Amino acid sequence: MKGALELLQRVSAHADACCWYVAWNPAGTLLASCGGDRAIRIWGKEGDSWECKCVLADGHQRTVRKVAWSPCGKYLASASFDATTCIWKKTDDDFESLTVLEGHENEVKCVAWAPSGNLLATCSRDKSVWIWEVDEEDEYECVSVVNSHTQDVKHVVWHPTQELLASASYDNKVCIYKEEDDDWECRATLEGHESTVWSLAFDPEGRRLASCSDDRTVKIWKESTAGDGSTDESWKCVCTLSGFHGRTVYDVAWCRLTGALATACGDDGVRVFREDPTADSEQPVFFMSAHVPKAHGQDVNCVSWNPKEAGLLATCSDNGEFAIWKYSSDS
Amino acid sequence: MSGGTRLENANPLIFERSGERLLTVADEDEDVADPIDDREIFDLIRSINDPEHPLSLEELNVVEQMRVNVNDEESTVSVEFTPTIPHCSMATLIGLSLKVKLLRSLPDRFKIDVHITPGTHASEDAVNKQLADKERVAAALENSQLLEVVNQCLSTRSM
Repeated sequence: MKGALELLQRVSAHADACCWYVAWNPAGTLLASCGGDRAIRIWGKEGDSWECKCVLADGHQRTVRKVAWSPCGKYLASASFDATTCIWKKTDDDFESLTVLEGHENEVKCVAWAPSGNLLATCSRDKSVWIWEVDEEDEYECVSVVNSHTQDVKHVVWHPTQELLASASYDNKVCIYKEEDDDWECRATLEGHESTVWSLAFDPEGRRLASCSDDRTVKIWKESTAGDGSTDESWKCVCTLSGFHGRTVYDVAWCRLTGALATACGDDGVRVFREDPTADSEQPVFFMSAHVPKAHGQDVNCVSWNPKEAGLLATCSDNGEFAIWKYSSDS
Repeated sequence: MSGGTRLENANPLIFERSGERLLTVADEDEDVADPIDDREIFDLIRSINDPEHPLSLEELNVVEQMRVNVNDEESTVSVEFTPTIPHCSMATLIGLSLKVKLLRSLPDRFKIDVHITPGTHASEDAVNKQLADKERVAAALENSQLLEVVNQCLSTRSM
């Protein structure tokens, strides 16, 4: 299943600053980017090229680290080093700031919407993960603060179908959270990485979790339930991809449409991995299908699959650029 | 910055500065691109001020040319620095100053690694991990007070 990544367009999105993250809207028609210039930019396709549709410049006082679209596509959340999370509402051709979520003691590293659209998770260098509930009047309320990590929490991601949350941390661990009696708590701790875990991605069915780390590996974890039907939840590492990445792996993305796994690396490269369909699902085997060694002139910070168009991939870099790629394979 | 409090290392050993770089014929030739070498990196960092003493990192032997490793072709730079005492609380700040100086001076293609000389500091793993985390470094530099302190270390005095 040899594949290839073709560059479609390169855009200088955040002048003189890092572009930290890019996120496609659920319809796959818009790309939001954010960066060290404290701004969020929304990009849409006009003909063959991606153009800036609007700039959200006054929402944050410091770097905007991540952005996330709500499942309905009408809201955008942004996480910033200024310790706040801003919620934006989309109007016809612009976005207005709806509310600002405060509470974290220092930099917010990530924000993520649950598939239901009613819950939001944020995480911070203050070592905590916050769960917020949204009601019909667009009111946000923090319902849980969980302190399971001993260090900076880098990323949070929701399970695609269940109300389950995963977090990645500078403490080298991954935590899995579930709600119990109206309170969120850590149900499992995944140990194995030898350095900071930077990002996470669930597979399309939500049966496996991919994590990427400063230890230059990507690990695949699978939940194993005890045969007697007890609710003892433990996640085991069923596969480790090592020897592929030259430096820290900053992001990993699992395509909902094709099952392909993409990674963003500090060695400036972008890689796509495919799963060997003949391998045992308890011991999956992944091989590298495509690799662009110098995808950007500097570290690649983020990689994101378009949710509607198979093979369309967005990446962004410390040099302020984002790029759009077409992944194809001969399978 | 330490105000009127006692210095951690009140009587540091002071080392001699190395002389000026001797230029070769190839260096002077405009048509030959000069690869960035260890000496050039060392020249960038040797005059960085120590946060506590009115001395440079070179004079305190915190940085030495032999602990600088550049690979221009692969665009990598590695700088090892030696805190003057094993419990030096300024180690993270010195490491950050080194990192910032190199980030500001070198072409964007360079991957910069700054770490403590192994075996010379009680918390070297923790300090090294922070210095290697670019997100932590970026956020720290958005803190205006910390940035001011770093800029003071990087301010040039008479050579």
